[in-house]
Amino acid sequence: MKVSVVKNILEANERIAQQNRALFDEKGLTVMNLMSSPGAGKTTLLEKTIDALKDHLRLGVIEGDIQSSQDAERIASKGIPVVQINTGGACHLDGNMIRDTFGEFDFDSLDLLVVENVGNLVCPAEFKVGEDFKAMILSVTEGDDKPSKYPLMFHESSVLLINKIDLLPYVDCSIEKVKEEALKINPHLTIFEISCKTNEGLTQWFDWLRQFVEHRKASLAGNA
Amino acid sequence: MHEMSIAQSLLEIIREEMAKHDAKVLRSVRLHIGQLTAIVPESLSFCFEIMTNGTELEGAKLVMEVIPLVGYCESCKKEFEIEDYAFACPYCQSTDIKTISGDELSIVEMEVE
Repeated sequence: MKVSVVKNILEANERIAQQNRALFDEKGLTVMNLMSSPGAGKTTLLEKTIDALKDHLRLGVIEGDIQSSQDAERIASKGIPVVQINTGGACHLDGNMIRDTFGEFDFDSLDLLVVENVGNLVCPAEFKVGEDFKAMILSVTEGDDKPSKYPLMFHESSVLLINKIDLLPYVDCSIEKVKEEALKINPHLTIFEISCKTNEGLTQWFDWLRQFVEHRKASLAGNA
Repeated sequence: MHEMSIAQSLLEIIREEMAKHDAKVLRSVRLHIGQLTAIVPESLSFCFEIMTNGTELEGAKLVMEVIPLVGYCESCKKEFEIEDYAFACPYCQSTDIKTISGDELSIVEMEVE
């Protein structure tokens, strides 16, 4: 007997992600899902972002790692509420793992929650967690062929931060090619060229993020 | 290797549907895998096999069909195949594109007894 089914395999996760999102909206909270390959600079960017914005926005962080709590300790030392998720092998965070952290936060006293995903350029792009937008980092040491090799990640992200541009003289990476390829896959991508080492380009990113959160808060309040 | 999580979700849907149709044996499952998804069919097949081994679903066949990326241009209202992941209309170059297919990851049919 043939049974016609037609069901999205990721439906269960997407349902939970939608519920998460509804709660975040109710609390006027912006949620950013931050993704990159391992070592591209997610935690360092986050530290810099916290230093720059903590007097303007109330931040919280969820750290996703396969193992260890080193990243959460780095964030906690900044006096920011942080929860570490250890996936114990899983290569990505999903809606359920995010929901499990809800008891640890007071969402009424947060403006921006950053979900730092597991370092991986493939799997996290497939699983929504309830975010408003996805931001990804590509460091120039990874090479300019990455957009065409990992199209889903670039397609799903709203923001691309090209990091470690201070190393451009030493690596074979054309930043123009990265931008061209990334914009081909996702013409609506907002791109920042940054160096967390020299702080180049970071001010533009901080301003953009702060404005995004403020606009979102205002529009959610307007709808309420 | 998120194929393991995908296989797990897939098995949950299969068991749910089998119970709904009072089916005892699973012969095959047909999936549509969009070209844009980051799924490696061989890995998914491998995970599915491991997870069904020694269960009532052992031996079921996983049939996967890769669905090409097709876009619809909101400006000139034409449909076209998106090649090389270039999300712009080949007719009018607009980037106001809706993805019609190629981003799905779905179960479409099961053969059961």
